[in-house]
Amino acid sequence: MRKIRVVIAKPGLDGHDRGAKVIARALRDAGMEVIYTGLRQTPEQVVAAALQEDADAIGLSILSGAHMHICPRVMELLKDKGLDDVLVMVGGIIPDVDIPKLQRAGIKGIFLPGTPMQDIVDFINSNVRPRVEQV
Amino acid sequence: MKSVSTETDKQRWKREVVEPGVKKAPERAIPFTTISGRPIDRLYTPDDLPGFDYQRDLNYPGEFPYTRGIHPTGYRGKLWTMRQFAGFGTPEETNDRYKTLLAAGGTGLSVAFDLPTLMGRDPDHELSLGEVGKCGVSIVSLADMERLFEGIALGDITTSMTINSPAPMIFAMYLVVAEKQGADWKKLSGTIQNDILKEFIAQKEYIYPPRESMRLITDIFAFCSKEVPRWNTVSVSGYHIREAGSTALQELAFTLRDGIEYVQYGIDAGLDVDDFAPRISFFFNSHSDFFEEIAKFRAARRLWAEVMRDHFGASGERSWKLRFHTQTAGVSLTAQQPYNNVVRTALQALAAVLGGTNSLHTNSLDEALALPTAEAATLALRTQQVIAYESGVTDTVDPLGGSYFLERLTLDMERGARDYFATIDRMGGMVEAIEEGYPQREVAEASYRFQQAVEKRDKIIVGVNDFVQEDEPRMPILYIDERTAEKQLARLEGLKRTRDNDAVRRSLDALREAARGRANTMYPLLDCVRAYATVGEMCDALRDVWGEYEEVPLI
Repeated sequence: MRKIRVVIAKPGLDGHDRGAKVIARALRDAGMEVIYTGLRQTPEQVVAAALQEDADAIGLSILSGAHMHICPRVMELLKDKGLDDVLVMVGGIIPDVDIPKLQRAGIKGIFLPGTPMQDIVDFINSNVRPRVEQV
Repeated sequence: MKSVSTETDKQRWKREVVEPGVKKAPERAIPFTTISGRPIDRLYTPDDLPGFDYQRDLNYPGEFPYTRGIHPTGYRGKLWTMRQFAGFGTPEETNDRYKTLLAAGGTGLSVAFDLPTLMGRDPDHELSLGEVGKCGVSIVSLADMERLFEGIALGDITTSMTINSPAPMIFAMYLVVAEKQGADWKKLSGTIQNDILKEFIAQKEYIYPPRESMRLITDIFAFCSKEVPRWNTVSVSGYHIREAGSTALQELAFTLRDGIEYVQYGIDAGLDVDDFAPRISFFFNSHSDFFEEIAKFRAARRLWAEVMRDHFGASGERSWKLRFHTQTAGVSLTAQQPYNNVVRTALQALAAVLGGTNSLHTNSLDEALALPTAEAATLALRTQQVIAYESGVTDTVDPLGGSYFLERLTLDMERGARDYFATIDRMGGMVEAIEEGYPQREVAEASYRFQQAVEKRDKIIVGVNDFVQEDEPRMPILYIDERTAEKQLARLEGLKRTRDNDAVRRSLDALREAARGRANTMYPLLDCVRAYATVGEMCDALRDVWGEYEEVPLI
């Protein structure tokens, strides 16, 4: 069976990558294929990586407060590329008031500081799009 | 089998008293380790300190190797500087916050810049989207710096500026504001973080490649020893290394090894060690493991004194004394039950004080949620004041000195750091180790190990993996809207219309010329600032010459 492929991205100017790296390793240890983009990715670059890697899910790590700009932009670009069925999640410092707005933009998983890694693994396993297996 | 006659008294106690006792009342079934994973024994006695020598290992405060502190009277003379890091939104909003903090008894300023400023980008750059004024104050040109310090006499206060890659540009702006206020550069005091090595290791706010970045730092050493002699030219920072998930030992070792690298580069650039080393200060994290942190601070002072005197042959005592700022651990704060963060911060601050910090920032309870509100920031400052004025820990110097446990930990910290120094020396130095990704890998490993310990509940975080509370009440937080970005963008546009753009172009050309050759870059930068060149323009001029650094992403 094909492994679940996840792109972990650090968009924006922030370089605090502890969370992104810890999650990337946890997902890999949970049997997923993880592509870590590295730092300072524009929404365009994140979506290009998802397309190129045939990703099932994208995890955005944002701690700087730029999520209301970056997340909707990523969703818009995914739609343009016909990648609407990619599961998109964001982790970081997200004020309560922004959560419903992000959900409306199509972000399925929003993970705040202190979320157990296992919760994120479980979330991906149960929400990722069903794959049509190649014969 | 050991014979009973060679048994230490501690071993006898274990055999006669502990072992029968734990059969009836066992110890808790948890790994007894520090938060960094160091095993901790149930008791420490003189048997744990063989060969311990008071004169050599501790000595008196104010005397080499300064384990007990650099001031003979500790905090009986002067308390630590209560320096609260603050900055958000526009320069005017941050100026207001500074005036509030100074009025509440803060004794120094500490500027937090937004990410575009930290990364040398103007608000109109594509990567600045959504970032302007969010994590700190937005400073685009000298005009913003003038607004930031409006009504604050730079000759009368000390200011710390957390700025790294664009440190020369921001420092030049500060100097020009001071000049315009009529303050004497020779008397100005403050700190620029200016620590690029830890950016490559941990926080990742680098622009230029390591060697070119080091050139900027040695230019500042040379400039300041001549022009601004009381300025602290680099604040060698373990804080960010720790926040990225390192252990306490890695924080200590990599930070001090970074410090050694700066001193070596300064000497290699032809400077006299005693001319610039006294202006190098340090910045550590104070995390939640109380005794481990205190040991770290004490070991840092001892190590630095020994390295400066014995390795570099510095002759001035001021070169031997490690002075440091501390910030409590942002990474330890939880979004869950945020009021618990007040307690965490108080304990961490107490550890910093018992470790002899020279200045301190206490985090606010709401910082896992947002930038702090004014109320939360005030409570954080009050926490320091309660420790300073009510707890009594400031009445005697190094009150925990001589604790068997603490002295054992301090010795082990020192030994562990020396082992790391040896590994890095074998690679050719810290710049080379960074180029190989060595400290980056070490930190990533430690960070993952800690997260696994939390997942397995080997380490308990109250409110997160135990004592969890459903339906927590929400607390008010500071929300930064988009008006800052709009305002700063409009100002940038206005600035470019009204300033003398020919003068800007000429000053930027002169900067490129200095960067290509060997002339000190600070002088042309001051001219760029006086012409109102923007942070982005000045940083781009150097990008033209030196290119940009890109790290290989590794997980």
